[in-house]
Amino acid sequence: MFDSLSDRFDAVFGKLRNRGRLTEADVDEVLQEIRTALLEADVNITVARKFVSQVKERLVGIETSKSLSPSQQVLKAVHLELIEMLGGEQLRITYAQRPPTVVLLAGLQGAGKTTAAGKLARWFKSQGRNPMLVGADLQRPGAVDQLATLARQVGVAMFSEPTDPVTVAKNAMATARETGRDVVIVDTAGRLSIDTEMMEQVRQVSATVEPHFTFLVIDAMLGQDAVGVAEAFHETLNLDGVILSKLDGDARGGAALSVKGVTGKPVVFASVGEKLSEFEPFYPDRMAQRILGMGDMLTLIERAEASFDRDVAEKAAARLQEGRFTFDDFLEQLAQLRNMGPISGILGMLPGVPKELKNADIGEDQLSRVEAIIRSMTKQERNDPSIINGQRRQRIAAGSGVTTSEVNGLLKQFKEVQKMMKSVGRIPGMKGKGKGMPNIPGLPQMPSGGLGDLPSGFGKRNG
Amino acid sequence: MEYLIVSLVALFAILILGGLLLGPSKRRGTDTLLEPPAQGDRRQTQAPTRERRDLDSAGQTQTLDREAPPAEPDEFVIGERPRLRDRLGKARGMFGGYFGGIRSRDKIDNETWDDLEEALIRADVGVATTTALLDDLRSRVKSESIKTPAALLDALKTDLKKEMIQADRTLRLEPGVTNVWLFVGVNGVGKTTTIGKVGLRYGQQDKSIVMAAGDTFRAAAAEQLTIWSERAKADIVRGQENGDPGSVIFDAIARGVARKSDLVLADTAGRLHTKFNLMEELKKIRRIIDKSEAQLSEVLLVLDATTGQNGLAQAKQFSDAVDCTGVVLTKLDGTAKGGIALAIEKEFGLPVKLVGVGETAADLIDFDPDEFVDALFEQSSGQPSEQAGGQSDGQASNQARSN
Repeated sequence: MFDSLSDRFDAVFGKLRNRGRLTEADVDEVLQEIRTALLEADVNITVARKFVSQVKERLVGIETSKSLSPSQQVLKAVHLELIEMLGGEQLRITYAQRPPTVVLLAGLQGAGKTTAAGKLARWFKSQGRNPMLVGADLQRPGAVDQLATLARQVGVAMFSEPTDPVTVAKNAMATARETGRDVVIVDTAGRLSIDTEMMEQVRQVSATVEPHFTFLVIDAMLGQDAVGVAEAFHETLNLDGVILSKLDGDARGGAALSVKGVTGKPVVFASVGEKLSEFEPFYPDRMAQRILGMGDMLTLIERAEASFDRDVAEKAAARLQEGRFTFDDFLEQLAQLRNMGPISGILGMLPGVPKELKNADIGEDQLSRVEAIIRSMTKQERNDPSIINGQRRQRIAAGSGVTTSEVNGLLKQFKEVQKMMKSVGRIPGMKGKGKGMPNIPGLPQMPSGGLGDLPSGFGKRNG
Repeated sequence: MEYLIVSLVALFAILILGGLLLGPSKRRGTDTLLEPPAQGDRRQTQAPTRERRDLDSAGQTQTLDREAPPAEPDEFVIGERPRLRDRLGKARGMFGGYFGGIRSRDKIDNETWDDLEEALIRADVGVATTTALLDDLRSRVKSESIKTPAALLDALKTDLKKEMIQADRTLRLEPGVTNVWLFVGVNGVGKTTTIGKVGLRYGQQDKSIVMAAGDTFRAAAAEQLTIWSERAKADIVRGQENGDPGSVIFDAIARGVARKSDLVLADTAGRLHTKFNLMEELKKIRRIIDKSEAQLSEVLLVLDATTGQNGLAQAKQFSDAVDCTGVVLTKLDGTAKGGIALAIEKEFGLPVKLVGVGETAADLIDFDPDEFVDALFEQSSGQPSEQAGGQSDGQASNQARSN
């Protein structure tokens, strides 16, 4: 996600990296590049213009700085401005003193409101709440069925009736109070922002349920129109924030960047996959880092925390340090890793991962093949891969239905990375090193300073 | 520190995988691991990537034979088709505003160029196309073959029309065989709705139609299509939720061929074009249709007009996977201008064949490129509104024709 934008920024900063001093012409050229990069990422043109002029202002302000190289100065200015543009601080979900807390979802057709409603219900449930979904989309055939299915999958209550959206809303509130639901999520029909009749209807629904939070659901692939849509909905509903859907594609997400700039309302949640669990709070600072190719370790760590079994991981890490990491440990880690979601998503969050690797499509299928190879090894072989000779390789290949060269590849890579990890893996000393990732055989070179960002990320978290 | 440990272990696993997947391709030039297995249902073997329940009878499909329910007789009869121009009123309002301002000026200056750029960018035409168009115009202004803002606008309009490819924009429906039209696209663009409308349209031309509810993933997608099939008085073949879409489409084609139906409309689940497994599934669906007795006449990429530059990536990936024959541009009745269609036509030679300009079935109309470009240029002010009196639907102010 946001790939193209970070690629463009990479190119811009790459040019600056070796310059000792920036002339005004240099700065203008860079700003022009940034502008194009933003526009190609579907950032609203007004927002892009403002962004560029703000960055310029920041640059003028810090021009005399001696501690930073020119490229660092530009990077810093762009980074600060990106965070600003993406929403500054994050919106915190608070709960009404007199429940239920009501959340209203609105948006264009096909934005992903119903799916977002289901995911939001799951999120509230994971926060220990007792949410109820309300199907007020009586327009699209099957919308209520879809919501009912989602409610069943999530394990929450759902209310709808074939009357009209305002009546549904009214009766839903009564039902929620009776049954003691503390969060109510209202799904509404998709509508065009210029459809006055439908906009009036959603306003009435809003007036009926008196939402504590009104979120506009926006497709990450939306173009220049995003801002106009957000403005129109904001005018009618007084939005509190935005839920960004379909952020798992290669959409450049310019819509996300623009909405705050125009409505002043931040992106609150982002939907990053088709699974109901692939939905997370949106952190502007992290997203800014991701756009700039600085990785998003915090989100990665949070996901790891949620899905990794700490004991297993710690044991594995200890073995890793001692160089006793076996294929069995690897299998275990792989299983845990798969719990964290698609590998490509995880790669996107790591700092300094080469583009080739990020773009490589590591599907479940390939993971399964690797697993199959390992499972075809005997216990002895898994513990000590060095005993795997040619004959054993052939047997493993036959057993897992792959070619011997694939088996060879895995063995070789395992050995090399194991060796590499032994040197990096002296964990207590890692902070002091800060030399970045050593060159990994078989992988394109990682930019230095890649993993160097890692300890500072942890510092932020711990204190 | 625990976090660090956990992340490091995760990283370790990733590095092994990464090296494994990238390494061989660099060293040997071919990467066997990246090659998909030739056979097998991807989504079925990839169960963890999508939430799905166990399916023990994925191949089974149930066929609902609709015997023309008499309900809702009037609402779904397609009346007179609206013209694109009538429907783009709102979109024109803003676009016309920019161009209108330019037209009324007496000379071409920097502001003129800025306004033109802004108008094109805002229409999602894209930076590259916009820059190319404007650079060309700049040189013509310089050589004084264009002198006034009005002439500049007319030249731009002509250029934009030239950008639209010369192609057959009719939907292929061969007589005497069962035609299959496959609809593909990302999530939420309106595939199912489009199929419903297309079904209604051709149903009323007395074509016999079978709809294939190939979106077995999105909850209740089949219900949605069933409602449309009732409206269109078409047959529908449904599978189990989370079942194999290929088998649903296979069964629908078998039914269509057996009944000598004219047209099978095959729905598919929305999928992001970046999802390898799901795109593989789509290829498999296409192979199934190719091997069948029916004729695959159209592979239509359904594209939301609000889509920005990502539309190019969508067009590329879907074309690479299933070789699209045309584009259906939906939701053009909003404020979005659908400028990305221009770039897609030019870059991939994919003609826009249908546009959706409203909620009703009659609002799915044939695409006319000249009308599309003209409509973009029509302005909402500065013109005598000769038709204002006759309008009751709030579009009066946008009806004025351009000069």
